[in-house]
Amino acid sequence: MFVKQLSVFIENRKGRLEDVTNVLKDNDINIVSISLADTNEYGLLRMIVSDPIRGKQALRDQGFSAMLTDVLAVRLPNGVGKLQNLLCHFNEAELNIEYMYILATGSGNDSMVIKVSDNEKAASALEKAGVVLFNPDEAYAIHE
Amino acid sequence: MIWNETKECMSRDEMKTMQGARLNKLVDRVYHNVPFYRKKMQELGIEPGDITRVEDVANLPFTTKDDLRDNYPFGLLAVPQSQIVRVHASSGTTGKATVVSYTRKDIDAWQECVTRVLAQADIGRNDIMQVGYGYGLFTGGLGLHYGAENLGATVVPQSTGNTKKLVDMMVDFNVTAIACTPSYLLHIAEVIEERGLRDQIKLKAAICGAEPWTEEMRLQMEEKLGIHAHDIYGLSEIAGPGVASDCQYHCGLHVYEDHYMPEIIDPKTLQPVGEEQIGELVFTTLTKEGMPLLRYRTKDLTSITYKPCECGRTLPRLSRFKGRSDDMLIIRGVNVFPSQVEAALLEVNETTPHYMMIVDRVNNMDTLEVMVEVDEKFFSDEIRELEKLTKKIEHVLRTALGIGPKVKLVEPKTLERSMGKAKHVIDNRKFD
Ligand SMILES: [Zn+2]
Repeated sequence: MFVKQLSVFIENRKGRLEDVTNVLKDNDINIVSISLADTNEYGLLRMIVSDPIRGKQALRDQGFSAMLTDVLAVRLPNGVGKLQNLLCHFNEAELNIEYMYILATGSGNDSMVIKVSDNEKAASALEKAGVVLFNPDEAYAIHE
Repeated sequence: MIWNETKECMSRDEMKTMQGARLNKLVDRVYHNVPFYRKKMQELGIEPGDITRVEDVANLPFTTKDDLRDNYPFGLLAVPQSQIVRVHASSGTTGKATVVSYTRKDIDAWQECVTRVLAQADIGRNDIMQVGYGYGLFTGGLGLHYGAENLGATVVPQSTGNTKKLVDMMVDFNVTAIACTPSYLLHIAEVIEERGLRDQIKLKAAICGAEPWTEEMRLQMEEKLGIHAHDIYGLSEIAGPGVASDCQYHCGLHVYEDHYMPEIIDPKTLQPVGEEQIGELVFTTLTKEGMPLLRYRTKDLTSITYKPCECGRTLPRLSRFKGRSDDMLIIRGVNVFPSQVEAALLEVNETTPHYMMIVDRVNNMDTLEVMVEVDEKFFSDEIRELEKLTKKIEHVLRTALGIGPKVKLVEPKTLERSMGKAKHVIDNRKFD
């Protein structure tokens, strides 16, 4: 039910972002979606990739701090108020959103990757509300 | 095991009597054979006959590293050149090297003390020991080598440089003991972990020295490698490694004062400080023939206790070194030692003990930035958590140092792992 997000710690140095993408390219791993959160000193790269476990290992082998985090990949129909409606469900369940970014599906209905304070609770709240989640294999295989 | 029970467990009275007699002979030797010391003693109005008891050492002149440089290379010899069997030298960062000359008896005494260190770490003739110190003019490699051979252990004279080969041989030879710098041992531990060889090594003891390290670092390497790690102290001016070392109780370093007699002084007033008070360590080489030294100022900061130790040795113990007066940085008027940063970081689980201090001066104000590696086991994908970690490290460092540094998290394994003396400070301040 949860999608494994690949996160990488990168210093704000020239070429580090490219180094990460290079490792993934060399290992034939596709990046489905990407988000970069940065501070003055460093950045956190969060990605949905075609093979998160192998991606993490490949990055660690190259000396990167890489980890996997369970996140929700939520199907979100395109339209006014859809995001607001989704967030409403989280509020009602008293869940905090740690961060979110777009999961690029390439079709008209884009989706969101969301990290919340309690995944299990969020999943059951969404299920009750009739919101559909991507299953992991589906998410990793987008664009393939 | 206690290698030389007669000397290591001698009663304090007997030791002081023996030291007094040895000191008397030493002063007589240097007065008559070393013009440098004769001149100094004459200036102070002291004659060899005035020094009869161990307490009289306080009347003798000091010797400094500059005195050694001024008398480069053989000006302080107390015997003819023909009696010298070896020289060692340490390269100074400024000026000439410091050269030390040994007679056969000097080598024997030094070797005996290194053997005591190894026996103290429960290393014996059945052990196979890698010496991971540099061989050559530096005293580390040959010092440990001869001590281990004297003990009857099997010595693998690995030296430094090829860590992969060292680890391969550690596995292939069933190596049970290693001697190297503590930072190099941590590097070796990382390589073992990366290669998944932890289950294949038989290592049980490590003798680490040549740079200051901390109690936390000892516990960390003991856990990582499943070994006992012992601290060995020494300096080439006195002999080399093996002047002092800790026993299985790790409550200070027993100093082999039948050969190398310690004092602790206030580095400013040059007066002796009391037991368990921190000050500069000073040595008088009671038995040395080649290049004996009176009250040599080591610049190392420590304290001493004469309380009996649980292990049965009556030798006094030096506390863990608090740094060198040379390494001391004065930042915003506060004395800061790199070893304090290391000790503080080891309290924080989420980091490795590798760090780099960058000192600068911006608008006439000193700044300290500490670069710290994030341990990948604790790395978080949330900025908030990383900011929390940064704040936590800043707090721990501020408490330990008395000044507030700026902490910068860096990727793991990006800071330099040093093979010899660790380089942890970049001081960009200009003082001219
Ligand atoms: Zn002891």
